[in-house]
Amino acid sequence: MQKLREILESYQGKREDIIPILQDIQGKYGYLPENALRELSKFTGVSESQIYGIATFYAQFRFTPKGKKHVMVCTGTACHVKGSDQIIDAIQRHLKIKEGDTTPDNEYSLEAVGCIGCCSLAPCAMINEKVISRIKPRQIKRLLPQKS
Amino acid sequence: MNFEKLVQKAKKEYYSIFRGEPPAILIGSATCGISAGSNEIKKVIEDEITRENIEARIIPVGCIGSCYAEPLIGIFKDNKEGIFYGPVNKKIVKEIIKKNIIEDEVAEENILGTIQVKETGNTGSFFESDFMRLQSRQILRRCGLINPEDINHYLATGGYTGLLKALEMGADEIIDTIKRSGLRGRGGAGFPTWLKWDLCRQSNSKEKYIICNADEGDPGAFMNRSLLEGDPHSVIEGILIGAHTIKAKKAYIYCRAEYPAALEKLEKAIKDLDKIGLLDIEIVIKRGAGAFVCGEETALIASIEGRRGMPRTRPPFPTTKGLWGKPTVINNVETFAAVSLIFQEGVEQFSSIGTGSSKGTKTFSLVGDVKRTGLIEVPLGTTLKRVIFDIGGGIKNGGNLKAVQIGGPSGGCLPASMMDTEIDYDSLTSAGAIMGSGGLVVLSDDSCMVEIARYFLEFTQRESCGKCVPCRLGTQQMLLILNDIVQGNGSPEDIETLHEVAEAVKAASLCGLGQTAPNPVLTTLKYFREEYVEHVMNGRCPAAYCRELMHYFIDEKLCTGCMVCSKVCPADAIVGLEDEVHFIDQEKCLKCGSCMDVCKEGAILKVPGPGKSIE
Ligand SMILES: Cc1cc2nc3c(=O)[nH]c(=O)nc-3n(C[C@H](O)[C@H](O)[C@H](O)COP(=O)(O)O)c2cc1C
Ligand code: FES
Repeated sequence: MQKLREILESYQGKREDIIPILQDIQGKYGYLPENALRELSKFTGVSESQIYGIATFYAQFRFTPKGKKHVMVCTGTACHVKGSDQIIDAIQRHLKIKEGDTTPDNEYSLEAVGCIGCCSLAPCAMINEKVISRIKPRQIKRLLPQKS
Repeated sequence: MNFEKLVQKAKKEYYSIFRGEPPAILIGSATCGISAGSNEIKKVIEDEITRENIEARIIPVGCIGSCYAEPLIGIFKDNKEGIFYGPVNKKIVKEIIKKNIIEDEVAEENILGTIQVKETGNTGSFFESDFMRLQSRQILRRCGLINPEDINHYLATGGYTGLLKALEMGADEIIDTIKRSGLRGRGGAGFPTWLKWDLCRQSNSKEKYIICNADEGDPGAFMNRSLLEGDPHSVIEGILIGAHTIKAKKAYIYCRAEYPAALEKLEKAIKDLDKIGLLDIEIVIKRGAGAFVCGEETALIASIEGRRGMPRTRPPFPTTKGLWGKPTVINNVETFAAVSLIFQEGVEQFSSIGTGSSKGTKTFSLVGDVKRTGLIEVPLGTTLKRVIFDIGGGIKNGGNLKAVQIGGPSGGCLPASMMDTEIDYDSLTSAGAIMGSGGLVVLSDDSCMVEIARYFLEFTQRESCGKCVPCRLGTQQMLLILNDIVQGNGSPEDIETLHEVAEAVKAASLCGLGQTAPNPVLTTLKYFREEYVEHVMNGRCPAAYCRELMHYFIDEKLCTGCMVCSKVCPADAIVGLEDEVHFIDQEKCLKCGSCMDVCKEGAILKVPGPGKSIE
């Protein structure tokens, strides 16, 4: 909760602060924990349900923790044309999880995202902050090594 | 220090780079460059410099547009023309340092061209290359040639002189200048910029706002990102001119959170501007949170206010009732950069380029199945053919052009037969597409147009905010039909239903998202109807693209059993012993084409029709 207090202290608690605060919370925790949303509701005076309403509207927010390595596969037009579906398929098979999920050992999570702005080098994926361009299905095993 | 002196100092510093004393190494370090490995290249260069004990400066620059040749570096030495190399790798880069810097010879490998940057203009064979020759770099003139994080580089190249000129003018004169330039908004709809500013200026309210729309939600487009990463001050200068004109004291830049590098560069630019005393308004950066509809102006305003990004009906337009109910001007990133261009370089230079009703240049992200992908800028009125074949170098891997997707999800697909269409607001609209913000996706014979339409519908259906019924339910209905068709479960009546629903959604939706969502369907139905018919009548995807309607097949006569394919198969779907013919297990096959990519014998074929029916 210390972390949360630090975040809230840098804001005034106005309505327009809600989205930036949610972004900061997610930045710190990797997702939006329930009790943090409760605190945010108290802090801004906006009801919890409205805060959920905002958080669920935007694609950026998630309510479950990410894996240590969060794999985001671009599904923008250029990447789609170059086979991003197959990339997602290959990762799903390799990690044995579905898009949106996290591996049981918390190592990886997989998410399909909108264009990440590297379309000229499609198809692209991001592992945490790092963009991997011209990714091929056959690279998946090497890019996402598993312990066992 | 006064402005003149500041500029003198900046020029001295900036142009010394290109004289190459001591040698300077430019590295393309925009998001695209980094993803292609420029950070690793930089590390190698740093190590080499230390190891060889040579003096050299490393200058990180934005994207010069040649993404196809990334990672990309430029070397300037001893007052000679600089040489641009790309794509480079760790090995080539060592060679280049050795030859070009230490031994003073030209390294032959992967030269893109020479460049000379002078106060009087840029020259060199790079600008004469096929990729560059037919472009007109105006908005992007600094991208790739300045360090975006060094305000001095901006000042040295005419930066903020436009603002100073504008500050001496009254609002009338500014608006008249923009009117004479013929500038229309670069965010998609092409609304005259002067008129928008004038409307807002006329509203009498003490509080007014200016917003820069840097949401760039169009999948397949990255012009705004590249501009913000390559030359952030040019956008900020336009914002300041706008604020001065309408008398706003506060500006917002709404930028996608997916663009961390652009956000960083903007923050730095605003701080640096403040330090030299030119920042006379408050500029707030708002990070978007991943909703395409937030690019729509009323939704964007709602999002800044801390609400769900739902559009509302217009009028009232934001110019009368915008952010917090106050008059607001909202413009695209490139529009603001065009404003600074007009004030820096003059109206005549701007309006002498383009066509009667579409003045100036437009930036495009040229992507898809084209040889030279990248960020380009062409005079309005340039034909699609010229962009794809002359600038882009034509279709990759010897394929044929099938269509161009222009304008993002709101745009349309134009067939190869229409490549003489000129790129300007009106010609594109009459062809059934739109200019949009500038995503140009080139599609070869390998693409299925029905699948492309389905893809965009999936996108708009997911991104529909759900407020109005036609858009919420109509896009869903269209998507269901298209899903059936690409899976081989469509029926002939579907084509008519699809057409009807599309027309209804277009006519009855509340905002631009719904009104334009049917465009990909309508244009593909118009120009590629026979592909729909093939899918529903014969369960065939002519392009062998739709995954349920195609399969990969190994030609027994050609297979040598070398096992290369089975090793790369991510699904372990290829069976067969060494030196014996291999087979693809159709149940397991992901249809990723990895095997086809690696087979040297050309033994793997893509066949329309489901695999089962063949066996
Ligand atoms: C669904 C939708 C998404 C949009 N996305 C963007 C965008 O990402 N960037 C942008 O500048 N304009 C976008 N627009 C257009 C804006 O609403 C607005 O017209 C534009 O920002 C005005 O700027 P301009 O006059 O400089 O073109 C979008 C419109 C719609 C309907
Ligand atoms: S479409 Fe994938 S990065 Fe743009």
